Amino acid sequence: MQQLVNTALGGLTLGMVYAAFALALVLIWRSTRVVNFAQAPMAMVTTLLALELIEGGASFWLAFAVALVSGLVLGAVIERVVVRPVEGKSEINAVILTLGLFIVLHAAAALLFGNGVRSFPAPFGVRGTEIGGTTYAITGFGMFTIAAVLVTMALLVLLFRFTDLGLRMRAAAHEPEVARLLGVRVGGMLTLGWALASVVGSLSGILIAGGDLVNPNYMDSVVVFGFVAAVLGGLDSPVGAVVGGLLLGVALSFVSGYVGSQLVALTALVILIAVLTLRPGGLFSTTPARRV
Amino acid sequence: MLTVSGLTAGYGPITALHDVTLGAEEGRITAVLGANGAGKTTLLRTVSGLHRARAGTVGLAGRDITRTAAERMPALGMSHVPEGRGVIVELTVEENLRLGGLARGRVRPDDLDRVYGLFGPLGERRAKPAGTLSGGERQMLVIGRALMARPTVLLLDEPSLGLAPRIVTQIFGLLRDLVREEGLTVLLVEQNARSALSVADRGVVLDLGRVVADDVADRLAGDEKLRHAYLGF
Ligand SMILES: Nc1ncnc2c1ncn2[C@@H]1O[C@H](COP(=O)(O)OP(=O)(O)OP(=O)(O)O)[C@@H](O)[C@H]1O
Ligand SMILES: [Mg+2]
Repeated sequence: MQQLVNTALGGLTLGMVYAAFALALVLIWRSTRVVNFAQAPMAMVTTLLALELIEGGASFWLAFAVALVSGLVLGAVIERVVVRPVEGKSEINAVILTLGLFIVLHAAAALLFGNGVRSFPAPFGVRGTEIGGTTYAITGFGMFTIAAVLVTMALLVLLFRFTDLGLRMRAAAHEPEVARLLGVRVGGMLTLGWALASVVGSLSGILIAGGDLVNPNYMDSVVVFGFVAAVLGGLDSPVGAVVGGLLLGVALSFVSGYVGSQLVALTALVILIAVLTLRPGGLFSTTPARRV
Repeated sequence: MLTVSGLTAGYGPITALHDVTLGAEEGRITAVLGANGAGKTTLLRTVSGLHRARAGTVGLAGRDITRTAAERMPALGMSHVPEGRGVIVELTVEENLRLGGLARGRVRPDDLDRVYGLFGPLGERRAKPAGTLSGGERQMLVIGRALMARPTVLLLDEPSLGLAPRIVTQIFGLLRDLVREEGLTVLLVEQNARSALSVADRGVVLDLGRVVADDVADRLAGDEKLRHAYLGF
């Protein structure tokens, strides 16, 4: 029984981490129909920057804030400087650019921060939580992770559903030309979309790093799982990304705990293929067929 | 109100508009007619800043807007309902309308009420995805959305396309009322010349990017040679 609960809890925490990363992918997909392969190294760079600050004596929370703000700036700059020139052209151009960016950011991180493996602190306990004499496999940082992702998702839903800015962003994403005719500065909305995505990516970077070891490659394994989570959720919806992340996290946690950890990557791949063939729009797709 | 003079525009080697001069008078409906590929859509896109003019000028209420970006037009009082209507199907009916209001800065509740009053079916379906509307309702939605910005000049690109004649009559009637009651200036692009001339005050006929006729609507409709050559009725 306890193993069951602990496996589920482990899956929950892990799933929230995938969810955070999937949220970042979804934000960019929504605004530019591009899967951003540079999401992981972007988050890695801001996380290593935070680590430098912490090692230099800054508090975890200051470094956390700096990581988010630098993520915002990095996302905006990348959209303006790198992605903007190919916007409106074939989407494959932008995808290839993000792959190039992946390599460039890795090289830059190695130069700036070194390739060594370092330990990233966590602001809360990284031991299990004791309830009624039994220790459960959920850490203080794990609970922080869950809360942070849920709050982020809620804020994004509020932004998109209930604010004028969110309405403009959705219009710009779905029908850029019509949006322009309605006075929306589409370019600005795309920049904002990338900036927001990059903030959420930076958040996922810190959540994955907290209490763990990091080097410039530490995010790379998350890419696959975050992508599967996003596809599971339909690539288009923040709530879908989080539910997709959770389902994936719990599924993989059970495979790892009861079947064998060597099968985790394979399971993720099987889930990905199953979703793409059976429900290409994701588990919750409701998008009406486009007609004009 | 809206003046176009010497406008030339095209796509690469194609010149779609040659030295086009026309005007839309305040409080009147001006129809722009012509066959497939005559350059009607290009004219509207160039006027509203979506497409760049090669030569010539566009003026709105005495102001030169030839080089003004499309996203600034609603704030200057001009709304463009594009060809194919441009309903954003992923948004609800009301979100589409609100977006129109945002074009003018903010959404005024009484503007929403006015649009729902003009177009009854929209009010009943305000929370539905716009993708669930019928063709006629979509046309009402995009006109209503444009009106949310309280324009002085309205550009319409083939509003009758794909609609049943009864619905076309209804929508053109509404347009007529709006112009009469609010002094709206309309530039109405149509292939359906007969319907357009029945509601318009003036008509301009384009052929292969050139103006071949410009006269009051009744006279164009009565000119048999012109009708046979360019208007198809
Ligand atoms: N994006 C484009 N690229 C190249 N040529 C174009 C483009 N759009 C229009 N054209 C050409 O410009 C000319 C005018 O086209 P336009 O769409 O303005 O005509 P139209 O009068 O609106 O026709 P329709 O009644 O079919 O809508 C045509 O010869 C057309 O082939
Ligand atoms: Mg056209």
